[in-house]
Amino acid sequence: MKRLLNLSLIFAAALSLVGCFDESKPNYQYMPNMYEPIGYETYGEYEIFENGQSALLPAPGSIPRGWMPYDYPNTLEGKEMASAELTNPHPVTQENLDKGKELYDIYCAVCHGTKGDGQGILMKNEVFLGIPSYADRVVTDGNVYHVMMYGLNSMGSYASQTNELERWQITMHVRNLTAALTGGEPLTVVEPMEDAMDSMDSMDAMVDESHADDSHDSTDESH
Amino acid sequence: MKKVTHRSLTTRLSLTLLALLLSFSTLTFGQEPAAADAVADAAPAADLGGDPAAGKTLFNANCASCHKLYAKATGPALFGVGDKYEKEWLYKWIRNSQELIKSGDARAVAISTEYNGAVMNAFPALSNEDIDNIIAYTYTPKPPPVVPTGATADAAGGGGGGISSDIILAVLALVFLMLAIMLYLVNKTLKRIAVANGVEYEDKERAERLPIWKAFAQNQFLVLVSAIFLLLASGYFAYGWMMQVGVDQGYAPVQPIHYSHRIHAGTNQIDCKYCHSSARKSKHSGIPSLNVCMNCHKNIAQVGDKTYQEGISEYQIDYNKEIQKLYDAVGWDRDNQRYTGETKPVKWVRIHNLPDFAYFNHSQHVTVAGVECQTCHGPVEEMEIMYQYSSLTMGWCINCHRETNVKLESNEYYAKIHESLSKEYDFPTLTAAQNGGLECGKCHY
Repeated sequence: MKRLLNLSLIFAAALSLVGCFDESKPNYQYMPNMYEPIGYETYGEYEIFENGQSALLPAPGSIPRGWMPYDYPNTLEGKEMASAELTNPHPVTQENLDKGKELYDIYCAVCHGTKGDGQGILMKNEVFLGIPSYADRVVTDGNVYHVMMYGLNSMGSYASQTNELERWQITMHVRNLTAALTGGEPLTVVEPMEDAMDSMDSMDAMVDESHADDSHDSTDESH
Repeated sequence: MKKVTHRSLTTRLSLTLLALLLSFSTLTFGQEPAAADAVADAAPAADLGGDPAAGKTLFNANCASCHKLYAKATGPALFGVGDKYEKEWLYKWIRNSQELIKSGDARAVAISTEYNGAVMNAFPALSNEDIDNIIAYTYTPKPPPVVPTGATADAAGGGGGGISSDIILAVLALVFLMLAIMLYLVNKTLKRIAVANGVEYEDKERAERLPIWKAFAQNQFLVLVSAIFLLLASGYFAYGWMMQVGVDQGYAPVQPIHYSHRIHAGTNQIDCKYCHSSARKSKHSGIPSLNVCMNCHKNIAQVGDKTYQEGISEYQIDYNKEIQKLYDAVGWDRDNQRYTGETKPVKWVRIHNLPDFAYFNHSQHVTVAGVECQTCHGPVEEMEIMYQYSSLTMGWCINCHRETNVKLESNEYYAKIHESLSKEYDFPTLTAAQNGGLECGKCHY
């Protein structure tokens, strides 16, 4: 009987050693002084901020780097105007097209399908219904860009997830998908020209040059 | 005695099997009348002319992106729309609603202003018959809410689903307990028989023997060996215990909204970067702001029936209530399909947190190196509750830097470095470590 007691004691001790980690709480730290940041961290909680939130909206009127003004209003007339007037200001290079495809597959293909036929995985899973094929819609540069900027009907805006160049890259890819669906001509690919880069690219290039020696790619823009 | 337990076990098993079969059979019976009702209810619609089945296909292909049957979406709910408008008007409206609005039709203008001038696409290709079919489909009665079936599924699931393993374990434990008791009883009986038959019982001999611990203490060699062993073992365990201090591997806090990565990234295969878009270009892989959730959830107020049942029976989570929590936070008025402006931030609990003295940049790994998110975060697409998959210790970082090659394609800068390094040091490949990925200052400064 005594032996049984001893055994159960050992067992309990072993269990308490193994079962220490509570997965709903972070583990304990040893001398955490260097663990805790002194400066304010992204998503941190500090008394000084309203609601304790360090995640704040940018100050009114602030403009993120690379941001381009977009003057067409979020109305039907705005959409028609953009559709008629607005054209892609960036060159259709292979690099831009590849990037456009990559971004399209992340943000658009879940609904619109990788081919643009409206047969995305969410459509197949019947989460969304009635997503049109690009072949059945008027697809112009301005139209696609405007819809990405503001959203349309059930589709939301993608302006917070992409920047100006990225939206145009996606637009180029959408144009090519539509051409493939309707049997039209894809966009003509041009060779990138070193001198005639658009304003944002040259701005990035300047920054890259100044940091080229420390080899840290500072791709953090707009944040 | 042994036989008796076995017999009772088989009867018990057969009983559970019977119960299981019965529960399933009631379920199937339970569904049949409901289906019959649906057919009966749909029958009157046929009188209006039109085939609801054909209408459903057309509805899903053309209308469902903006209209739902029983709830407002981008456009009005369409249940029983044939009662509100006569057919001739609906034909005109569906073929070209904008023309009807421009013609000044009072009802057309009214509906357009009610939905803030949202433009309904024109469907000139739909024939009168097609539209009749769609209208017939809109008379499909609303299916009963799925909540009560959730409970039965839970109970029935006990037989074949998640709880069954618990039952098996309990039965096994019971069997082992019985065996132990039997063994004890048999031992006792045997002893009694031995005593009755006059066989010498060994109790006396045992009392004369040296107690085992004394014998152990007298054997010095054994004491020495076991002392060394104990020391080594305790050293090993102490080291293991100290190494896990400050490591949060497996940390899975309860979040304010139960967000299932399994459904989003697994079943629906939404790319990680759809929501965590800043991982592409920022130090942080940001928690998506709620507008990103609303890009889809504006239209998804309820999960599908199958997903709902799964949530109730397997995870005890009502997914629809969780979506409602999102609406409350972002201030979305579901009935009127508009934002109220009353928002309250969601206080997500941060899981992955490096100490302040270590620098980590997502964009460098995701965009420049092209590392899959799963390499560090594990099979997120299978996680119902998000947890920290990797240890995030320095050794773990270093190992990966030693093993991973730098992505040279479409990166002239790295390609050039590799060319010069391979000439100088004879590197056949360029790992992150060879590119300076082990230097202290890269991550600690």
